[in-house]
Amino acid sequence: MFARHRAVILKLCSALLVFGAWEIAGRIPVSFAFPTFIESLAAFWALIVDGTMFTAYVETLRPLVVGVLISAFLGIGIGLWTGLSRAFDWLVSPIFVVMQTAPLAALIPLLVMVYGIGLTSKVFVVCIMAMPVIVLNTAGAVRNTPAALIEMGNAFLGTRRDIILKIILPSASPIIFAGLRLGVSAGFIGAILAELKITPTGVGDIISYSRSIADYPSMYAAIASIIVLAVLFLNLLERLEGFLFMGTRKTLVSD
Amino acid sequence: MKIFGYQLPNMSSLILWGLLWEFVGQIELTFFLPPLSAIFATLWEIGGTPAFLKALRETAQAFAIGTTSAIVIGVPVGILMGKNRLIDELLLPWVNIFLSAPLTALVPVLMVLFGFGLKAIVITTALFAVWIIVLNTRAGVMQINRSLIEMARSFGASPFDAFTKIYFWAALPEILGGVRIGFIRGVKGVIIGQLLISIVGFGALFELYASNFLMKHFWAVLLVLFALSFLIAEFLAWLERKVEYYAASRN
Amino acid sequence: MDTTITENAVAVRNVYKNYGDVEALRDLSLDFPKGQLTSLLGPSGCGKTTLLKIIAGLLPADSGEVLVNGKPVTGPGPDRAFVFQDFALMPWASTIRNVAFGLELRGVAKSEREAVAEKYIAAVGLTGFENSYPHELSGGMRQRVGLARALSVNAEVLLMDEPFSAVDEQTRRKFQEDLLGLVQNENKTFLFVTHSIEEAVYVSNQVAILLPRPSRVSEIIRPRGFRNKDVDSIRRDPEYLDLVDKIWASLKSYVE
Ligand SMILES: Nc1ncnc2c1ncn2[C@@H]1O[C@H](COP(=O)(O)OP(=O)(O)O)[C@@H](O)[C@H]1O
Ligand SMILES: [Mg+2]
Repeated sequence: MFARHRAVILKLCSALLVFGAWEIAGRIPVSFAFPTFIESLAAFWALIVDGTMFTAYVETLRPLVVGVLISAFLGIGIGLWTGLSRAFDWLVSPIFVVMQTAPLAALIPLLVMVYGIGLTSKVFVVCIMAMPVIVLNTAGAVRNTPAALIEMGNAFLGTRRDIILKIILPSASPIIFAGLRLGVSAGFIGAILAELKITPTGVGDIISYSRSIADYPSMYAAIASIIVLAVLFLNLLERLEGFLFMGTRKTLVSD
Repeated sequence: MKIFGYQLPNMSSLILWGLLWEFVGQIELTFFLPPLSAIFATLWEIGGTPAFLKALRETAQAFAIGTTSAIVIGVPVGILMGKNRLIDELLLPWVNIFLSAPLTALVPVLMVLFGFGLKAIVITTALFAVWIIVLNTRAGVMQINRSLIEMARSFGASPFDAFTKIYFWAALPEILGGVRIGFIRGVKGVIIGQLLISIVGFGALFELYASNFLMKHFWAVLLVLFALSFLIAEFLAWLERKVEYYAASRN
Repeated sequence: MDTTITENAVAVRNVYKNYGDVEALRDLSLDFPKGQLTSLLGPSGCGKTTLLKIIAGLLPADSGEVLVNGKPVTGPGPDRAFVFQDFALMPWASTIRNVAFGLELRGVAKSEREAVAEKYIAAVGLTGFENSYPHELSGGMRQRVGLARALSVNAEVLLMDEPFSAVDEQTRRKFQEDLLGLVQNENKTFLFVTHSIEEAVYVSNQVAILLPRPSRVSEIIRPRGFRNKDVDSIRRDPEYLDLVDKIWASLKSYVE
């Protein structure tokens, strides 16, 4: 019995332990700004029931979705070109390598100066966060297509087009997809950062507002909700990836 | 890339981009992009000023404390998880959650809990860095060749010997890989923390320059930051390459 | 050679071992005469490694006992040294440190253990590679390092788990010849696991044939006539050829 459900039971135990510790810490309380788990849960429920949460997420997800879509198109395009052409690789790779390690968040004040505090700036923040990891993974995946496969294509008289479409792309797609997932993950960071730093809208607004009126349970609830949402969505992507590309080994450029 | 049979060094295209930047700056295409040379001149001016040095010191301090704590906590936790199945199963879900969670959302909490200062920024940095270090260390310990451990046991190694002479070294490539990514994340964490708290370090400086439209100053600080983070990442990658040979030779 | 008066270096008595539901060894008993080489021959997965690890003290038996020089085994000991199928070399350590590692763990001073290691590095023919790292050596050379490490702790019993299975055929033959030399010159007892019939007959004083799980000894074969012959003529010896055929005939039915 225990052995069979061990994984599930342990996950429950683990959750119980952490939430229990949260509850106890909130009851002591460790800080005036540390509500209990149950208070936060109640606040979460209240935010859902009065619809605040829903409208907030529509607002938050807009720059995220737009930004991720733009990054995906541009990122995969640039990545493919980079992976296929040495000259282009030499030209643009360094930019993305630097972007990958740089704290791009520092660009936000500049983006605000240029594009104001509207949607454009927020989309931009999501894009600069999400794009490098997508470009680098796509380029790496294309570059690392097993040479034997390409030689096989040449041996059977495949055209350049055949080889790109029928060999390189399929062989690179698991890593391209994984790069997209990392891009989404970075995009979440960007979207929230934009809402907290540029103008409080959506979930960022709930967080900022409830902090300003010292409604800490609502603040914790909003923060937890965005974290849970991001984690669930990324998990879903990971499962999809596992399902789509079963049995492929991969090495990623992580972040 | 090769030109006339001469291999252009890696990253050399950045010079080209720099020249393009200079050109765009000189023709004054946009107010927001001053010429690179002017930015360097500004950097030369502000480089020694107390405000800049203070920001640099505060950032370096927060980064150093944050990443050091991430290593000091992350590596032992990772080793424990790799060696003990129960601990692993209890902790792994949380490590995975925090690894992919947008931790930026936690900064407001850290601000109210730990104040608008160094402490909150240090914790932000550590939070950004620690999870990948834990996960990589765990992976490093879990992939250790069983027969290496049996070899040590068959020669009568004590648990302490096994730990210092086998486990640590065998997991070192993964640990270093985790530390490298952790440091890159830490740099992002320290800046995000400063931006949101915005009265310390470069956060304050950015605020000052942006509100006064001091574009050259702003870019000068950005370039310093980008260059520093790139150097840190490259240094760690170099360290990692030094032990790479034995990561490759064990399978 | 009269085996009735040779004593046993290792004796395995009624050993059982299960992995969960998998019954690996059932009531296995076997003697290993001192100063000789005994092969454990059997198909993959029949429990050879398991038996060797139990003798090494790396795995506990479920029941039964193993005696080394009359004393029951409770764990790893200085009287036995293991040679691993995958070499088990530390990739971060040079040849000399790898070879001296057994002595290092026993607390032998650095200069002393390196002198011993030097000697065995020379004995296995790796002089000049003292400061090379495993990734700079070929598979055959790596196993020589593993062998030198086992020799350098001067254990009476050498436990070799398919030591030559990861090296190429030519190197393997050279190893087999060298092994015959070792058995002659070093006064040690060798326990040698292999799944190659030719290899077992070529190098052994006795071959114990194990049947598929649950493993027990089905037969013990002792090559006699060609054991003292020149290494080059063994493979042409009629007894060698007969034994290889005979063993194949009895194992054939277990190959699916
Ligand atoms: N740690 C283990 N857990 C479960 N089963 C094992 C383990 N080690 C070995 N076995 C099983 O025990 C049997 C014997 O294994 P082994 O001794 O390695 O065989 P051999 O060395 O003869 O190939 C095999 O069927 C193998 O699958
Ligand atoms: Mg085996």
